[in-house]
Amino acid sequence: MERRTIPGRLSWQLGEVVATQEETARAKSITLAVPHWNGHRPGQHVDVRLTAEDGYQAERSYSIASAPEPEPRVTLTVERIDDGEVSPYLTDELRVGDQLELRGPIGGYFVWEVQMGGPLLLVAGGSGIVPLMAMIRSWAALGSTIPIRLLYSSRSHAGVIYRDELARLLKSNSKLEVVHTLTREQPPGWTGYHRRVDTEMLREVVWPVEQRPLLYICGPTPFVETTATGLVTLGYEPGRIKTERFGPTGET
Amino acid sequence: MSKGFVSRGFQGRRKSGGERGRIPPGQYLERGFPVLSAGPTPHTPLANWDFSLLGEIDPPKRWTWEAFCALPHEKVTTDIHCVTKWSKLDTHWEGVSVDTLLKQVAYDAHYMIAESDGGYTTNLPLEDVLGGKAWVVDTYEGQPLSPEHGGPARLLVPHLYFWKSAKWVRGLRLVRQDEPGFWESLGYHNHGDPWKEERYRGD
Repeated sequence: MERRTIPGRLSWQLGEVVATQEETARAKSITLAVPHWNGHRPGQHVDVRLTAEDGYQAERSYSIASAPEPEPRVTLTVERIDDGEVSPYLTDELRVGDQLELRGPIGGYFVWEVQMGGPLLLVAGGSGIVPLMAMIRSWAALGSTIPIRLLYSSRSHAGVIYRDELARLLKSNSKLEVVHTLTREQPPGWTGYHRRVDTEMLREVVWPVEQRPLLYICGPTPFVETTATGLVTLGYEPGRIKTERFGPTGET
Repeated sequence: MSKGFVSRGFQGRRKSGGERGRIPPGQYLERGFPVLSAGPTPHTPLANWDFSLLGEIDPPKRWTWEAFCALPHEKVTTDIHCVTKWSKLDTHWEGVSVDTLLKQVAYDAHYMIAESDGGYTTNLPLEDVLGGKAWVVDTYEGQPLSPEHGGPARLLVPHLYFWKSAKWVRGLRLVRQDEPGFWESLGYHNHGDPWKEERYRGD
């Protein structure tokens, strides 16, 4: 496993919401101007801290969706968890002009930068697309010609986060391929995959083992388990498979 | 730098009195059991599994799975705290205490590096793992520990953030000089006390 260090201390700082965008009925992007932001690497996340009037605080981690930019700015995409404590505030209450306390960037392993090479296989389950989108956006912004293939599992067509942007990127980049699977609901005439990611689908979609792709998987735990185990079964090197998981295993 | 800041419109969900004293700052209560791993889950067959004590010890020690299972096991009920913010209360584990393991060897060391299948490492001062503070566990809630949660065996150091409780642990390397492990080299805190919120370097 490779290593890279993050220098310095991560202090809490205030960002100001400068833009928001509904991505789906449940997911919203929030762009923050953060005066002391020192930049980030695609794949990293931030900690967000909310403080109530009486001083009560709640913290959560959210992936960064934006590519590194020259301006001190960062975009998060947050999926609303209905019984959540923090995400409904971020998606429903927070608006342009509000301040949000955050610190970061955090995480130095689940990152990809163009100098790391490829080809790149990204596998996203639901909002697991967010850190992978930061990689794709960075790749596009730098005009990289490294081949990228994205396998992206969503419940429905309407639930595909960044759907239009991905379609635009596809048109303008011949080195990008996007394969969607819609697991619960498909639009009329849908000819793509309509089941959960499994080993057979991975066999059809991924680069040949001999090309030694770099593989990044992000999504709910069972999705990541299935995908990572499937890729190892197909012969990909475990050391080139990086994972980021969220949510419970289903046990209590 | 943001003293006195209030998040406009944020109410929050206060913890009940009993839980409040058990959940460290910045953590929230989780009823499920989330998983956090940097790579694929290793699946080492028990016939190939062993557990070793290495480093500044004489002579090195190695247990097969059967020999490890024969060591005296303890039951542990404890709260656990992950640096990704969730805490889980009253989890039940069974395993061999690090005291029991280290009693079997002579060593000259102040630190240990836990080493896992897949290349993961984490570093700990011996004072944080001796005296009934750490175990190598193979059972969770009465069942064999599942691979995604670190089975067949993981380290359990519940008073520190859970990344110190290395999954798929295969050995402990005893060393005189501390050296950062995997996450400790990637910006996370070297020690990781949740009650001091030692999440990241410099905290």
